[in-house]
Parts: sequence; structure tokens; C-alpha cells
Amino acid sequence: MPLLMPVVLACLLFAVGIFGVLARRNAILVLMSVELMLNAVNLNLVAFDVYLRDQLLAGQTFTLFVITIAAAEVGLGLAIVLLVYRNRETAQLDDLHQLREDDPGPPDVRDDTRETAAR
Amino acid sequence: MTISGSTLVALAAAGTPTGTATGTGEAVLFWLLAPIAVLASLGMLFSKKAVHSALLLALTMLCLAAFYLAQDAPFLGVVQVVVYTGAVMMLFLFVLMLVGVDSSDSLVETLRGQRIAAIVAALGFGALLVFSIGDVVVSNAGLATANADGNVQGLAALIFSRYVFAFEVTSALLITAALGAMVLAHRERIERPLNQRQLSEQRFRGGVHPAPLPGPGVYARHNAVDTPALLPDGQPADVSVSRVLLARGDVRKAPGADVVVRDASEIERPGDDQ
Repeated sequence: MPLLMPVVLACLLFAVGIFGVLARRNAILVLMSVELMLNAVNLNLVAFDVYLRDQLLAGQTFTLFVITIAAAEVGLGLAIVLLVYRNRETAQLDDLHQLREDDPGPPDVRDDTRETAAR
Repeated sequence: MTISGSTLVALAAAGTPTGTATGTGEAVLFWLLAPIAVLASLGMLFSKKAVHSALLLALTMLCLAAFYLAQDAPFLGVVQVVVYTGAVMMLFLFVLMLVGVDSSDSLVETLRGQRIAAIVAALGFGALLVFSIGDVVVSNAGLATANADGNVQGLAALIFSRYVFAFEVTSALLITAALGAMVLAHRERIERPLNQRQLSEQRFRGGVHPAPLPGPGVYARHNAVDTPALLPDGQPADVSVSRVLLARGDVRKAPGADVVVRDASEIERPGDDQ
């Protein structure tokens, strides 16, 4: 198989994965997009391994490691999603904004106005 | 040799230099499965229901497994099916069911221009990938030599000799991940469990529906799980239909009744307030 086909397919899948990570708001769907990106990388590794006729099968070995790490990552990520859902009752990333600041302005200015108001 | 992005196309069109196994069968398989993979991944992006997304992603991964099998990597193909399609995607489906099937993703933008920016970023990154891949240095060794004793044996020889340290570290990583998932998902029980008498009292004090909910209707048009039952006064009993059907909007009108429930939040159900 020519090298171009798997590489272009991997690029397409990776781009789709990036779009999913940036645009979806359900945390589980974002994780699924990350999985899609990892799969695109795996396809690249295998395609180049075959194309270069790698005497050591390094590409396939790396793919094996990537699959293992992806499995571990999914386990942890989904545990985190479950924990967030149990505490906040939502898995939508937009609703998780407890650490966001409501644009208070520079803190020293605010303290000054508060002191003058108290006087 | 070093090639640029534009010459990559010509190189690929000319085929591999030494040309061992670029049969038409592989090309046919590719042109058959690659559009399916891309369409399935796009469907994963744009389907509203999360379960459909998960199943379409599983389809993409199956297509990739077929590619691996066709590209002299049978072990990876099998691992892809077993680990990704079998374990990982089923874990995704499991968590989706836990979190709630009816929690569909809202397609309304809250950040203005987020989608456009995401499209631009994805396209830009794709172009970057194509052109950086075009700059690789290509030289050939021998896959046939590596696969001489079989694909699995070749992989094993490499994992257990050169990458044995990485292999052991991977096992440590897996154990850490399993422990971490257990710690994260574990919930400490800090109250005494209620006994049967307390549970019964709680149920009757709540006062909404101490008895079981009415069953769905049994009208003969369908098997009628989606049709509400009729109460003795002729009103449809909306609590008799599953909440999931209500959320999906699949509830049919009860025969002889004009009222159709459109929204799951209109119905007060016992147990929802907990």
C-alpha cells in the first residue's frame, strides 16, 4: 500500500479528533476525541513501520505501548468524569466553572476603593 | 533522501521503491474502508446522542484494525479489536450509561466563534502534519527479516530485549492507573445503612407514590411500552412510561386521551427528589 493513503487518512482522523476536543462539551465525548487522535497516531506508526520495512518492528512496538497507555488514560479519565458527575451532577465542561473569576479587576485598586468606601 | 510535502504525493503515487506487497487488494480495501472510517469519525463529531458517538468511534477503530491486518501487522490488528473496540469503547459506553444516556450534548455555542476557531485549528494542524511528514528521511530496511519468525515473535523479541525497561515501566503505569481509578471512584460510606423499617417509613412519609408505578398501556397496536396507561377516570397515567422514552420524545398518545406529555420535567416522579 502506498504511504500516502494511510498518512492522509491519519491526518484526517487526527484533525477530526482535534475539532472534537475543541468543540464538544461533554467530557466523555472529549475523551473519545482524544482516543481518535491516538488511533490516528497509531495508524501513522504502523504505516511507516511497514513502509520503511523496519527490521526491528519498532513502529509496531511503539503502537503497542501507545495502546497500553491509552487504556490506562481512559481508565483514569473516566474515573475522573464519574467523580465530577457525582459531585456536580453534570459532565458538561461548560458547567464546571467554579474556579473562574468574575473579572474583579486589579486587586490593589479594588482594595483601595473598598477602604475609601469604608472611611 | 529528504522529501518535501509536494514530492510526497509523487513518491506515494510511484509506489514504494522496492515494491514488495502493494497489491490491488490492499488498495481496494483501503478505498473501501477509509471513507467509512472518516465518515464514522465525522458522525462521531456531529451526532447529538452520545451513545451513537461511541458506537461510531468503535466502527472507526474496527476499520483501523482491518488496516493493521492488511499491513502485515496481524498482532496489532487483534490487539486493536480486543483492547480498543472491546475494552476501551465498552468502558466508554458503561460510563455513558452511568452518567445518563439522555444527557445529550448541547450544540449551542456559548463561546462565540468557538466552532469556527476549532475548524481553523484542526485544518491548520492537519496541514502542519502533512508538511512535516513530508520532511522525513526515508530509508529502507527489511520487514521481511523482522517478520521472519512471525509477527508476534518479532514483536516479543523486541519488547523483551531492547524495550524491556519500557515494558516494565508500562506495567507500573498500569498498576498505578488501576489504583488511581479505584481511589477516584471509591466512595466512603459514612452513614449507617437504613434498615428495612426505616426504609419503609421513609417511603410512606415521602408520600408521593408508596405503591408501585402503574404499568404501561397494553393497547394492541404496538407492544405499547411507549403508550401511557389509562387511569380509571380515562386520564393517561404519564408515570407509566419510561423516563428515557420521555426524554427522547418517543411517547405515543394514549387512545382516547388528548393529553400528550412532551417534557420529562412536567411529571413529578417519586424518587426524583433524592
